Amino acid sequence: MVDVTDKIMKYRDVAYYSGCALEGSANGYDVSTRAVAKSLGLRIKDVTDWNCCGAMEVKNIDPGLQTYLSSRVLSNAVNIDGANVVMAPCNGCYHNLKKAEYDLSNDPKAKETVNRLSEKAGHQAYHAGQAETIHALDWIKGAIGEEELRERTKGRLAGLKVANYYGCMYVRPRHIFPEKDKGPGSESTSRPHFMDDLLAAAGAENVDFPLKTACCGGAHTLSDSDTSTKLVLNILQAAEASGADVIATECPTCHSGLEMHQVRAEKRFGKKTRITMLYFTQLLGLALGIGPRRLGIHTNISDSTDLIIDKRLT
Amino acid sequence: MSDVSAQAIKDQKILHLDQIEARIEAMESCLSTGASYQIASDLLNLGEEVLEIWIAARGQMPTSDSREGFRLLALHRQGSRSEPSFNACRETCRELAYHYNLITGEPEHRHTVGRLRLMIMVARHLCLFVSGKMRVANLGQFCCASKPLRENMNLE
Repeated sequence: MVDVTDKIMKYRDVAYYSGCALEGSANGYDVSTRAVAKSLGLRIKDVTDWNCCGAMEVKNIDPGLQTYLSSRVLSNAVNIDGANVVMAPCNGCYHNLKKAEYDLSNDPKAKETVNRLSEKAGHQAYHAGQAETIHALDWIKGAIGEEELRERTKGRLAGLKVANYYGCMYVRPRHIFPEKDKGPGSESTSRPHFMDDLLAAAGAENVDFPLKTACCGGAHTLSDSDTSTKLVLNILQAAEASGADVIATECPTCHSGLEMHQVRAEKRFGKKTRITMLYFTQLLGLALGIGPRRLGIHTNISDSTDLIIDKRLT
Repeated sequence: MSDVSAQAIKDQKILHLDQIEARIEAMESCLSTGASYQIASDLLNLGEEVLEIWIAARGQMPTSDSREGFRLLALHRQGSRSEPSFNACRETCRELAYHYNLITGEPEHRHTVGRLRLMIMVARHLCLFVSGKMRVANLGQFCCASKPLRENMNLE
């Protein structure tokens, strides 16, 4: 059984692995994560000299190299920054770091590759178990929890109907997430709820959204754009049909896919949807009383200005 | 089988999926007819048909077994065997079964039309997902990680 107090203390000071997407297309996710951390009094320190996690391009060609790249991030966090928890808000980064941890625990070949490449690169190899990789959802849920969040946000998201969209990589494949599906308090791989829990604590009403872990078509964006657009359009329409005002996201790939294909769906198929997308950290930031600009909401493609005004979120 | 005839068969299956997508689309217009039980059954059957196409394309005979009372779930299990990326539609299948139970369990419920609308979207998602995987069969072991492509590459 996890000691809740230990977890609170452990997660209040973490190494932050933003990854490349949060430096570019998902800058609003990065800015809002930092703003929320500051507001909640949580310490996040960027992993020194971090590199690409290997998603997805490297993994396609050489999965061993991807494991090494992710292990180097973990090695820097442990050996340079002295961290024992690495928080990654990006589903791709989170997934790859978890996969590297799993591979290093279970695959001698992966271990041998990581040791060899680490030596060649001149740094200490990462060994399984030296750090815990968590998602931004685990971080806020573990370090703050719903009760404290409820007190701090004072129900500011009341009246806002949210469809929580997790995407596929946050929970799959199940075997690389040994801490999930452990009963009450743990995350579920079939019906994830951490984002629902946090936003509900901030006063939001979560709608029953049937496509919360469905494919966003990210794999087909370039090779088969029409299928990607149709998959996204279906997600957007389902969120609207569920009665949501906004889709909360926690994956930069899904988020930009939803935003870009929303525009494309209108141009290509003449199908307009009105729903907007916000990162869950942006929603939590609004609930904490942080201004939209400080949360990078203006950098999203999806324009949430009307929503923020209508729902009096600022 | 020659590459040309294999491609022809694949194209035919994709065409079949396009037809299923059109049939799902057409159900939108039947929502207020009061035939909720029939529509839910048809959507479930179309979901099964989609998975049958996926399984047949992999050279297997679609199972007639059921899992948790649904053939759809048994078909999904069969379709994801040695293809872990197919688990990306596991919850979509489960949502389809859930909506079927919800609608047929209480066909007179005041939310039935809304539930049917969502069930249509879930069925469409399954169809689009499988259709996408059929078109780009070498993509997709977790977003973009093309395992089959990788396995066929000589990296030395």
